[in-house]
Amino acid sequence: MLVRTEKLKKHFTIGRGQTLHAVDGISLTIDENEILGLVGESGSGKSTFGKALIGLHPKTSGEAYYNGERLPDRFSTKDHLHYSKQMQMIFQDPYSSLNPRMTVLDIVGEGPGIQGQQSNSEIRDKVAFWLERVGLNADHMSRYPHEFSGGQRQRIGIARAMIIEPRFVVCDEPISALDVSVQAQVINLLDELKQSMGLTLLFIAHDLSMVRYVSDRMAVMYLGSLAEVGPSNDVFFEPQHPYTQFLVESNPEPDPNLERRRAFKPIIGEITSPVNVQAGCRFADRCPKVMDRCLVETPDLIALSGDRQVACHLFD
Amino acid sequence: MDTILSVKDLEVEFATYGGTVKAVRGVSFDVTRGETLAIVGESGCGKSVTVQSLMGLIPMPPGKITGGTATLNGKNILNLPPAEANKFRGVEVGMIFQDPMSSLNPTMTIGDQIAETLKVHRGKSDQEAFKLAVELLERTHIPEAPKRAKQYPFEFSGGMLQRAMIAQSLACNPAILIADEPTTALDVTIQAQILELMLELQRTENMSIILITHDLAVVARMADRVAVMYAGQVIESGTVDDIFYRSSHPYTLGLKEAMPSNTHDRDKSLSPILGSPPDLFKPPVGCGYCARCPYAMTICAEHLPTATAISESHEASCWLHHPTAPDIEELHQMEDQDAG
Repeated sequence: MLVRTEKLKKHFTIGRGQTLHAVDGISLTIDENEILGLVGESGSGKSTFGKALIGLHPKTSGEAYYNGERLPDRFSTKDHLHYSKQMQMIFQDPYSSLNPRMTVLDIVGEGPGIQGQQSNSEIRDKVAFWLERVGLNADHMSRYPHEFSGGQRQRIGIARAMIIEPRFVVCDEPISALDVSVQAQVINLLDELKQSMGLTLLFIAHDLSMVRYVSDRMAVMYLGSLAEVGPSNDVFFEPQHPYTQFLVESNPEPDPNLERRRAFKPIIGEITSPVNVQAGCRFADRCPKVMDRCLVETPDLIALSGDRQVACHLFD
Repeated sequence: MDTILSVKDLEVEFATYGGTVKAVRGVSFDVTRGETLAIVGESGCGKSVTVQSLMGLIPMPPGKITGGTATLNGKNILNLPPAEANKFRGVEVGMIFQDPMSSLNPTMTIGDQIAETLKVHRGKSDQEAFKLAVELLERTHIPEAPKRAKQYPFEFSGGMLQRAMIAQSLACNPAILIADEPTTALDVTIQAQILELMLELQRTENMSIILITHDLAVVARMADRVAVMYAGQVIESGTVDDIFYRSSHPYTLGLKEAMPSNTHDRDKSLSPILGSPPDLFKPPVGCGYCARCPYAMTICAEHLPTATAISESHEASCWLHHPTAPDIEELHQMEDQDAG
């Protein structure tokens, strides 16, 4: 076990005495050399969880552990410097996450520069190595981000994270801004880096098919809390939580015969607001199997057989 | 068959500081009543420009329609003066966009925006038009429609806005609904709701849909026929089954192999399409895909392939379908043997 969170919460105060419960008590473990996929709709808090985990957001309460060490609730500059050698992040938007006024050399070389103890020429060599490693031309290191395509920019983002040689990387929707043909290039690259560097990844995405393909285990998030956790194939092919079932049934397949056979009624309603959440199951207002108990009592994750967990009173 | 819209050899280019971009290079397709035609392709392949130029939504200049014809119910719709274009835009053809937030006016209530369509095209009074707008919102299953009609776009979620856009586009009972990436910005559960709504309205109104998308899974759910675009051209077209089960262009095959299929085996790695699309400032003389094509031959770089009929409903523009060309299946097997 490399990373563990215990009832991690991140709330935002949004004025007028209101609180937005972005992440509301997430307990998760990520094993060494594992890819954990985190899926959920927009607004479910998956990016906030990733950022709170590696210290980009201060935590409201709860704990996070990395390699047995408890991570500080609020990272100081020193903490960032210390933990960024181990933990890195790849961001969703390859346009806004690269400084347009910095060259690729500055962007990718910034990390090793801050970590110190390396001369400029050493850093330059390292940047060249990593650009080639992610499939870019090292001669292009003096170019600016706008001179690259979306897929190439995402590779720059990957090189920036990997040059530190971290053990744990949070990938926040690394492929959702890319075209299908380029998505596969980036996924294969991440997979290859995971194999060769022994990386542990938290892979945040909303594309269920891709998460199933990429990750070893899958965690499904709904409105700041976990609905279900388990091995990817099991969660995808035999979803237990009513929300996961809807998510899987909503996911279209690139196969017309399958789609014609699908007898499916879309789920009614939309994800509710995470502001001032009441007690009870977060999914209760949309759940077809809702019981009285679901409205008053928040379900905890219940362990099922086969390394699976589900937060639903139906399984109590 | 009852053809409503017929597009032949459409060519569109844009004058920019860097030169002329040939965004659409000879696109042809027909749309018949009640069917869904999906136009699929990656960003920059010209799928949106194609439909925007049909709707007269391309700013000219810098845009210019340099060739081809398009007829709606037998009447020409290309290069019309705005007053003429307004007679079919929003009346015979409705359109919805990828980003409903920026396509609606933030300073007008949703109800007023829908009512405006009815006032302009149908000459309804303010009151009548607003009443019809509420009915349209109810038809797209917006809860509490009378109250929601008085709200502004910022008070709507993405899914609800897309419903409101659909309501607006339906105001004049169009024969064709053009949907340009209607669900790309939405979550899968909301996407399922919107797609279901479009199918339902298509059944009740007997409307044709032109669906522009990059998502093959959405195509599989929605389309009757498919046109695959690459570098400004339709490279393969046919029924949805032709495209998925009898893919005949290497690009279509490549797209399918680049996506994860939901079968239990995880070991099969994805096969990305290497490289990137050609520069449309200087479009290639030959096939647009030949630089990335694993089966490229000498002729591909020198001559543009013409559409070859695979079956009555199915066409592909690829030299591999020339009578003297090698068979793709054989090439596949040779490749497998090499790998083995």
